This record gives sequence, C-alpha cells and structure tokens, in this order.
Amino acid sequence: MTSFPAAETMIEITYLVATALFILSLKWMSSPATARHGVWAAEFGMLLAVVGTLLNRGIVDYKWIAIALVLGSIIGIPLGMVKITAVPQRTALSHAFGALCVTLVGTAEFYLRAPAVPRFMMSVLSMEVILGSLTFTGSLMAAGKLQEILPQRPITYKGQNVVNLGMLAAAIAVAGYLVVHPDHMYLFPLIVVIPLLFGVQMIIPIGGADMPTVISLLNSYAGLSAAAMGFVLESKLLIVAGALDGASGLILSINMSKAMNRSFTNVLFGGFGQEQTAAKAGQETRAVRSATPEEAAEILAAASTVVIVPGYGMAVAQAQHKVRELYDILTKRGVDVKFGIHPVAGRMPGHMNVLLAEADIPYDKLLDMDEINGELPQTDVALIIGANDVTNPAARTDASSPIFGMPILDVDKARTVMVIKRSMAAGFAGIGNPLYYLDKTLMLFGDAKGFVGSIVRELSGGGSHG
Amino acid sequence: MKMDLITSLYVFMLAAIIGFEVIRRITPLLHTPLMSLTNALDAIAVVGAIILVGEQKSTLATVLGTIAIVAATSNVVGGFFITDRMLKMFKASGKPKP
Repeated sequence: MTSFPAAETMIEITYLVATALFILSLKWMSSPATARHGVWAAEFGMLLAVVGTLLNRGIVDYKWIAIALVLGSIIGIPLGMVKITAVPQRTALSHAFGALCVTLVGTAEFYLRAPAVPRFMMSVLSMEVILGSLTFTGSLMAAGKLQEILPQRPITYKGQNVVNLGMLAAAIAVAGYLVVHPDHMYLFPLIVVIPLLFGVQMIIPIGGADMPTVISLLNSYAGLSAAAMGFVLESKLLIVAGALDGASGLILSINMSKAMNRSFTNVLFGGFGQEQTAAKAGQETRAVRSATPEEAAEILAAASTVVIVPGYGMAVAQAQHKVRELYDILTKRGVDVKFGIHPVAGRMPGHMNVLLAEADIPYDKLLDMDEINGELPQTDVALIIGANDVTNPAARTDASSPIFGMPILDVDKARTVMVIKRSMAAGFAGIGNPLYYLDKTLMLFGDAKGFVGSIVRELSGGGSHG
Repeated sequence: MKMDLITSLYVFMLAAIIGFEVIRRITPLLHTPLMSLTNALDAIAVVGAIILVGEQKSTLATVLGTIAIVAATSNVVGGFFITDRMLKMFKASGKPKP
C-alpha cells in the first residue's frame, strides 16, 4: 500500500473526486431535466475510481483483472438492454450481483486475515457477509418471482416466522462467537450458508403486491453490506457509495410501507390477506353495470377532464402503448388527460412512470397520489386500467378490511368511474372492491390492451361528437 | 487503528445524512432509475475486488475476487446503461401535436 507516496496520493484524489461526483449525481437525479447529467457524472466518477485503483502499487498481476472486467462488461451489456417491462426483475438480479460481489470479497478477506482478526474488523466483516449472503439469495428469489419462474403467490406455512427468525438469530450468534474467537475458522462458512438459506426463506412468503417494498429493502441491504465492506477495507469511497445506496433503499422502503399502511415487519413476517381470501370470496354477487367500448368512447369524448389510473394489470397486458394512443386522441379533442400514479402501483417504486414514459407520455402528465387526489373531485371520468387495491374505497371506510388505512387514489370522487378488468374475480390480495358496485361505476370487461384499442378505434373511426 | 475506525464512522454518518437529505428530494417519478443508479454506484465495490485479485495473496482470494469483479462490473455496465435509457424516455410535453 505504501511504496510511492505520490502515486498513493493520486489514487486517493481520484477516490475523492469520484465520491463528490457520486453525491452530485444523486442531486441531479432530483429532476428529470438534469437526471441524465447525474448518470454521466456517476459514470465518470466510476471510471476515475477504477483507473485509480488499477494504478495501485500492490497489484502484481493484471491478467485475471482484465479477464474479469471484460467478462463482466459482456454480461452487463445485455442486462442493460432488457425490455423496460423487465426492469423490476433486472433490478432484483443486479441487487443479487452486487451482494454476491460483497460476500465473495468478505469471505476472501476473512481467510486472508484469520485467525488474528481484531474484534471490530470481525464485526463489520460478519455484517458484510451476513447481509451480502441473504441479499444474494433473497434477490435471486425476488427476480425469479418477478420473472414468473417461481410462483408469485405467497407461500406460507405454520411456524414460518419462528423458523426464519431462528435462522437469523443463529447466524448472528455464530458471528458473535467468531468476533470473540476468530481462531475458530471452521465456523465461518456458517455465517455464509445460514443467511443464504434465510434469504430464500425470507422471500417465499412474499406476494407480488409486496414486491415494491421488498425490492427496496433488498436495495437497502445491498447498500449496507457494501458500506460494511468499506469498513473492512477502510475505503471511504466504498463507505460513501454504500451509505448512499443504503439510504436510498431505506427511503424507498419507508415510502412503500407507508403507501401500503404497513410496517417492515408486517411485510416480511405476515403473508398478506390470507384469511381474507376465503372470507370475502362468496359474498360478492351483487350486480354491476357494464359498458361496451362504444359507450366508453362516448363518455370519454364528452368529458373535459379524464384521469387514467394504471396498475400492474396494464403492465401485464402490455397496454401502455394503446393507452398512449388513447391519450393522444383525447388530447387532440381537447380533453385534459392526466395520470394518477399510486406509489405501490406495479412491482417496484416508479414502475408505472417508466412504462408510461417509454410509451412517450410526457412526464408532467404523470401525477403522484397527493397531487391527483386534489384533482379527482373535479374530474369527469376516472379510467382505471389494471389497478385494484390502490383504488379500493374500503381502505377509507371499512375498518375490517385488511387494507384499511392504506392511502388510496380517491377515484370514487370522480363523476364517472370506468374500470377495465378481465372479470369480477377478486384482485391479487383477494379483497373485494366496493368501488365496482357504485352507481357511477361502469365495468369494462376485457383485456386491457384489447379494450383500450377498441375505444381508440371508436374515437378515431366513429367520429361521434359527444 | 482506533483512529481509522472513528474516521470510518464519521464518513458513514456524514454520507448517510447527505444521502437522506438528497434522496428525499427526488421525485417519485424517477424512483425506478434512482434504484438502478444507486445500484450501479454500489458496484464501486469492484475496486476492493480488483485489489484482492491483483495482490494475489492466495488462490482462494484470486478466484473469489475474479468472480466478484465479474458480478460488480456487470452491474456497473448494465446499471448505467439502463438508467440512461430510462431517463432518455422522460420527456416534458413541449409541443402539442396539431
């Protein structure tokens, strides 16, 4: 580390500049107008830091470094080119890769330093490895569920929480023992393997609707494990990057939990709405009013303000481009069209915004929950596409509902509500939605993409001046 | 040694506070690209892996470090790439079509 002071200083300066660029890049992310500058700043900072590191005098061989860098880039390019609809699973996968890197480096560092590992070093090293391992398998599981390789429904069994907490406690106990007795090196694999199993167990009971919270939480863990690695390597750059990522993940997790009116522990330790599914299924046989695409088109054409509320169903049906056509045609007719986006709509924070931006809908038309709830009482038509629980007025009124207290989009305050839905089958969480039985609600039964397409055809071909 | 620990804790604390303050202000509109960007930043862990492999202190360290570089580099390249792609799509409603 210390052969040539001038080179050392140079490297430290590249790290310092990189750190500043990382912080600035997040600052620039605050507005869509400057956000791309943020990415460029971060890329430049990263390049500087990597080049600086390659100048390190301690490096005696470059062959494997070069091979690994090239191989990583080859894997990274297709991961950067995935379809926008696959972004949630790609993000989960990248959390897994980040955590894998941290875990492997932590493991290697332990065996280089053992058996004489100072207590503080062993504590942060354990934290690095435990967080890294559970994030690795947890994120792989989340990616598998999002890619639908694994079943999306939560899988719960009796005593699950006891088993999970027991595993975590066991891993922490072993780590604690190693802190005091680092010479018992044979115990080290346990603080990798137990958290690996815990990561799988942690995600098994998680359903699709909880993914935004879980993916944020995994993001936070990945950041904290990287920060712990920074403590181990005494790298300020890594501590800062890890702390920024950890803070970001934590803020998003808090946002998501608030938007679902649930605590972290509740997300992680309570399969959602299990008992409710059976209780509510039978009683929803009341009549609803339905409408054809022609009728829906007429109502939309007669409106002066329309709010479209998209949900995961829109993403599944790949309807966002048809929705853009609807937006275009209504805007052209002088209808004011906006979008109301619930924080947990979709499978990760901001999911709907990215899908709609890809479909070329201007971002100033994408309003978050607080903004749009102020406008919904003056809105002529609220059109709900593939969203359910986030529009459920039971969250405001029915204290027995599992989603009671969850902030929702107040679509029931609009003059007319239209809901595109495949059938009256209960939503993801199996909770009945009283919105569908209101007098002002029209159900539009069909596939989101097909139905919106039919409305667009009516509006462009029919020429009916409502 | 003791000094280094305290310095590290200071750095962590300051970065966490700055992180909270800066990231709190980021519009929910951009939360997906935010997550892919911070994830790419996180992959700065690659610098630790590079030194581990380069120093060649043990075969285990070299092997684990090489895999770690591959994993982190794919996050750097893929993460920046997709973040920029997503951000490019966010356009303001400038000129309404006639």
